[in-house]
Amino acid sequence: MSAAAHSVVEPSVTSKRVAAALVVVYAVISMIPLFWIFATSFKTPPDSIAYPPKVLFTPSIEGYCNLFTTRTRQTPEYINSLPPATSFCDETTRKRNMVIAGPSNFLPRFVNSLVIAFGSTFCAVFLGTLAAYGFSRFKVPLADDLLFFILSTRMMPPIAVAIPIYLMYRELGLSDTALGMILLYTAVNVSLAVWLLKGFIDEIPREYEEAAMIDGYTRLQAFRKVVLPQATTGIAATAIFCLIFAWNEYAFASLLTSGTAQTAPPFIPTIIGEGGQDWPAVAAGTTVFLVPILVFTILLRKQLLRGITFGAVRK
Amino acid sequence: MAEIRVQSLRKEFGSFVAVQDSNFVVNDGEFFVMLGPSGCGKTTTLRMIAGLELPTGGQILLGGEDVTMLRARERDIAFVFQLFALYPHMNVRKNMGFPLLAQGMPKAEIKNRVEETAKLLRIDHLLDRPVSGLAGGDRQRVALGRAIVRRPKCFLMDEPLGTLDAEFRDLMVHELRELHNRIHATTVYVTHDQLEAMSMADKIAVMNRGLIEQFGTPKEIYDHPATMFVADFIGSPPMNFLKFGGSLQKGAKEIVVQGANVAVPEVREDFAAADFALGVRPEHIRFDDASKLRGSIYGTEYLGTTQIVAVETADGMLKARVPADIQLRMGEPVGLSFNPQRLSLFDKASGRAVHTSAREGVARGAAHG
Ligand SMILES: Nc1ncnc2c1ncn2[C@@H]1O[C@H](COP(=O)(O)OP(=O)(O)OP(=O)(O)O)[C@@H](O)[C@H]1O
Ligand SMILES: [Mg+2]
Repeated sequence: MSAAAHSVVEPSVTSKRVAAALVVVYAVISMIPLFWIFATSFKTPPDSIAYPPKVLFTPSIEGYCNLFTTRTRQTPEYINSLPPATSFCDETTRKRNMVIAGPSNFLPRFVNSLVIAFGSTFCAVFLGTLAAYGFSRFKVPLADDLLFFILSTRMMPPIAVAIPIYLMYRELGLSDTALGMILLYTAVNVSLAVWLLKGFIDEIPREYEEAAMIDGYTRLQAFRKVVLPQATTGIAATAIFCLIFAWNEYAFASLLTSGTAQTAPPFIPTIIGEGGQDWPAVAAGTTVFLVPILVFTILLRKQLLRGITFGAVRK
Repeated sequence: MAEIRVQSLRKEFGSFVAVQDSNFVVNDGEFFVMLGPSGCGKTTTLRMIAGLELPTGGQILLGGEDVTMLRARERDIAFVFQLFALYPHMNVRKNMGFPLLAQGMPKAEIKNRVEETAKLLRIDHLLDRPVSGLAGGDRQRVALGRAIVRRPKCFLMDEPLGTLDAEFRDLMVHELRELHNRIHATTVYVTHDQLEAMSMADKIAVMNRGLIEQFGTPKEIYDHPATMFVADFIGSPPMNFLKFGGSLQKGAKEIVVQGANVAVPEVREDFAAADFALGVRPEHIRFDDASKLRGSIYGTEYLGTTQIVAVETADGMLKARVPADIQLRMGEPVGLSFNPQRLSLFDKASGRAVHTSAREGVARGAAHG
């Protein structure tokens, strides 16, 4: 997997340094927006729109308070008549002449995102694994045409079929339901899953299953006990690709969901504060939104790398 | 343990015939070797016996039961693959216990059986090691262990020594045969290595292009090859062929090769005029100045106790195996004589052996006979 595996000559120290410098520059450039969002989430609303922009500021978790709550404006008399504030959020809210009225919609939207993204990833990987195994091991009539058909569903951006899907979902009562979104993302992801997984399963010698089947196992048992454990790398890589798509998807989500099934991406930009956009709260929402995918990616980064370079690396 | 009976077995892949009309019987407890060049259909035959491939025609009987269309797992056989197919995600113990687990055997009993089998193969010290780090010979032993732990009706092995280096291979040939002598399991062993086949087999089937050319003991196959293909494939160097023409009559005891009369075993069938070949093994050639069959020394290859001498004759090169102490000069003219009882005659058109008194009692070759 190292560079030495491909080139005979070990790269020189200078070329290594140049490469490292390029990587660092690229990483910095792509991380700056993320860092800015992260920093903004800890600013106060006035700091967040200060000009020139503030790089150094006193951190505050007001953005997170505002993200998770809804607030109403009250008279100072009313606020003074309340019992003393019990939390930091209460306190900062009162300083702005407001009181916390209740929880915001962010948490349920975030949970919707989790349910829909993980649900559709599970379905896509499950169906994809079975289909890929079938294509890899059996003589499927018209296999090449079917595989091409599956791939062709990815040839145009999914949003190109937004209007038919919108109308269809309205007729079927699937608009604004978690089930509808899971079905949709599964349909989009399953082609990627079939193609990726077929590559991985093709690499597992059939002799393993054949040995298991001779030793008294059914094909399904052999698949479960012998093929699946060896396909975990591929399954993990596929799962993460599917998850990233479903987690980040914005266009369909904003078109098809508005209430109960709305996911976090269309919700976050709608967070409005007093007198316009509440940037710290939006930034806080984005930061929280990044956490699951970050954790998942870090946990599976080895498999992800294997998935990206797949086909190029062999034992 | 059981006998394996294969009847008119045939396999086509599309229009390509990989195995045509195979017939053979492996007796209970026999070590049977299928030998042939690459692509002749050995693996395909073995996979049909195992149930990994369904035949296009014919029957397979295991211990008298027709298993032709049964699934692999219903046949109670064990298979050792060329690359062993040890499950990489399990250690040695789990690999060996895997077939027993399928039978729902209690954990404690599996443990006993695996350990007993490991002792037999002298791999008990490796039981808790992952299979990935094992040396070739040990992988081989684990694969064997996984096969014998279940005590199946028979063993099928597809070139199990093919990937081992020469030194290990000799050792494993010895070990395999020793193991067989101890457990007497009916075994079908596939190889393209004639030395492996000759040193292990009770019976050999020589295959070529989907056909079994000859079925017999190693001695029968070596001494009385049924076809020119077998004669050429077995033996190193292979059998020499000298062509001669004319017709053959029942009772003939002499033929004429390059103007010289050569005594042969009594011919037992009539042939119209055709091209024939006289087959003679290198070790049955003697240098004899009185002989009318002449040649000149072309080169020698010294092997210690014997030497292989290439002799140029009017009909091409012959190779003779003679004692190492005979002194020979390049280009020296020599006369050649043969041991009459060890000669074979072949009909060149069909390649099959002519029936003679020497072949009395030898099973007729399955292929063209
Ligand atoms: N699934 C298949 N589809 C098409 N042709 C096949 C298939 N399996 C085997 N063949 C062909 O059948 C012939 C016999 O193959 P087989 O594997 O039995 O040969 P073999 O005697 O085992 O050779 P080797 O010594 O190379 O292993 C080969 O020409 C091969 O190309
Ligand atoms: Mg083979």
